[in-house]
Amino acid sequence: MKKDIILAGVGGQGILSIATIIGYTAIESGLSLKQAEVHGMSQRGGDVQSHLRISDKEIYSDLIPHGGADMIISVEPMEALRYKPYLSENGWLITNTKPFVNIPNYPDLEKLMEEVKAIQNHVAIDADGIAKDLNASRSMNMVVLGAASSFLDLSYEKLEQGIKFIFGKKGEKVVEANLMAMQAGRDFAERYH
Amino acid sequence: MKKLLLLGDEAIAQGALDAGLSGAYGYPGTPSTEIVEYIQRNPEAIERDVHRTWSANEKTSLEEALGMSYAGKRVIVTMKHVGLNVAADPYMNSALTGANGGVIVAVADDPSMHSSQNEQDSRFYAKFALMPALEPSNQQEAYEMPFLAYKISEKYNLPVMMRVTTRLAHSRAGVKRREVLAENKKHLPENPNQFMLLPAFARKKYKHLLSIQKDLVKESENSPFNKYFDSTDKSLGIIACGLGFNYLMENYEDSKCSHPVLKIGQYPIPKKQIEKMTSECDEILVLEEGMPLVEEMLKGFLGNRKIKGRLDGTLLGYGELNPQIVRQALKLPKIPSQAIPEVVAGRPPALCVGCPHIDTYKALNSAIEKYGQGHVFSDIGCYTLGFLPPYHAINTCVDMGASISMAVGAADAGLFPAIATIGDSTFGHSGMTPLLDAVLSGSNVVIIIMDNDITAMTGMQESQVRGRIEQICEGIGVEKEHIRVFVPLSKNHEENVKIIEEEINFNGVSVIIPRRPCIHVFAKRKKKN
Repeated sequence: MKKDIILAGVGGQGILSIATIIGYTAIESGLSLKQAEVHGMSQRGGDVQSHLRISDKEIYSDLIPHGGADMIISVEPMEALRYKPYLSENGWLITNTKPFVNIPNYPDLEKLMEEVKAIQNHVAIDADGIAKDLNASRSMNMVVLGAASSFLDLSYEKLEQGIKFIFGKKGEKVVEANLMAMQAGRDFAERYH
Repeated sequence: MKKLLLLGDEAIAQGALDAGLSGAYGYPGTPSTEIVEYIQRNPEAIERDVHRTWSANEKTSLEEALGMSYAGKRVIVTMKHVGLNVAADPYMNSALTGANGGVIVAVADDPSMHSSQNEQDSRFYAKFALMPALEPSNQQEAYEMPFLAYKISEKYNLPVMMRVTTRLAHSRAGVKRREVLAENKKHLPENPNQFMLLPAFARKKYKHLLSIQKDLVKESENSPFNKYFDSTDKSLGIIACGLGFNYLMENYEDSKCSHPVLKIGQYPIPKKQIEKMTSECDEILVLEEGMPLVEEMLKGFLGNRKIKGRLDGTLLGYGELNPQIVRQALKLPKIPSQAIPEVVAGRPPALCVGCPHIDTYKALNSAIEKYGQGHVFSDIGCYTLGFLPPYHAINTCVDMGASISMAVGAADAGLFPAIATIGDSTFGHSGMTPLLDAVLSGSNVVIIIMDNDITAMTGMQESQVRGRIEQICEGIGVEKEHIRVFVPLSKNHEENVKIIEEEINFNGVSVIIPRRPCIHVFAKRKKKN
């Protein structure tokens, strides 16, 4: 078993929570894990990514090679495309469709979505919209994780445990909202193709 | 025991703690910050009361660490690569004074300059100082190495460098802990003159340092972190230092490289293994994360053509390594991959919405518009982003504290107005001494100390000058009526512009302190209340 995942987004959008929950699940499943993060200057509203590698064998590189990623999971559509060189030939791209516009030259959304849809294995999900409908707008990242969950080859129950573990300190309500968000993302992805 | 999921930085911290650490010193700097931060929140460190507060800068932190070592305890001092420049004076001399309690100088380098002004390689400093260095290739080694570092440090009475780079510092993996060692008891050096560097003593110490170099090479030759993996295809031998080893193995299924590989994690470089490889292999490829240290040593001035790497263009001469760069150097077939679609735009970091620096820069821009470009010297911190559009508010960024000293020099040359913008924490780090210069020479400068109440860029560490900036400036000799404070908010814009204009028109040293907490600190405090 080996899954190489690029997590993408803009600083502050919550990709590290996604990474932590997948990481927790991988460790609980007895797998090896490496997770490279971006700290420092880039976190100030710039593009951020995390390389998450899971395997039942020893993992050497902290970085995923170009053409090697099984999945790109992105909470922002333009950021999803930024890491296309990493995607393997049959890799999956799972992305939120809601743009995060903090630059003056943000491209035309339709053109972006054309590029997303040009990748055969993709799931494009309005995670912000779904989270909002659930009254859980801060759980957008968990909707995206849910949409990616069936491609991860990890136990869904363990992912749920991961959410309980990570958000437990913030109280039952926060845990519930995040569990609901992940389930909604998962349901959407199952109907997508 | 269950594995801990740790960043490379955190693994160093946990390793040092488990190897009997009594004190951690340092100044925040990406990618080194998480070492001290981990110790600050670690329950065992808190219970043991390990020293764990930030110092004013890297120089003071390294000297404080030497003091703790003098008193017999094990200590770690942490900094980023350019921080070692600030600490270079005590660092170089610490190779002569040596250590009593074990000393680790942990330095995190930033090849590719993700959050830095240059990509200097700290291993050159270790070689320069004739000090041993350890360079982990993974989180488990980062955890294990402090044990060996303290052993060597106390065996030879010599500080030891631990060098990591960004990708390991900020990458997480499972780490297995070892049995925890007890801290040292307080004890003075056997030789009471050990830390005395009067020339007559320093000469003796230097001869001693030279005399133990052969022993340090032996330590490297027998080190568990220097491994020789022999193989059949001797047309090429590969020397892989630190993370270079990972990117090498990444390119071979099931770790089966057909060439001999020497993995280096301990310096000075192991002579015996290198001699074996150079005598048996036709060509040598050197993979190092950083500048070509080993490669240059092997290649020599006359340029041994057998040696391949960054110097002959087999690898790029700059930037960090990655699996695909190493793959190309190994001449393996390229993995098919697609380009970034053209529609994707760059997304550089920017000042956050609501950041107090935005309002300060807007006021500054209005106040100096009539003088044209080229009047604002700045410094290292979030506020360096004020260079970018739409602000274009600053002209320089060189090193910690340089804003004030450069403004002084430019004012000496007749530039008017000469303005410095510096953050509160950077002022505490290296701004006080140039401010003294300004006062002593009566420079016509305006120093804007942007006080957001925190060291923001590196992730919210407490600023060392918190609540005492006015007192410091007054104590240094800035006239009280020319120490002005304003609140950077758009509703105060006109008033703030006026304050800046008034101080520009004062012929002497002015300090202006725009004061409003970093928006993230503000949000956190609001949540708490």
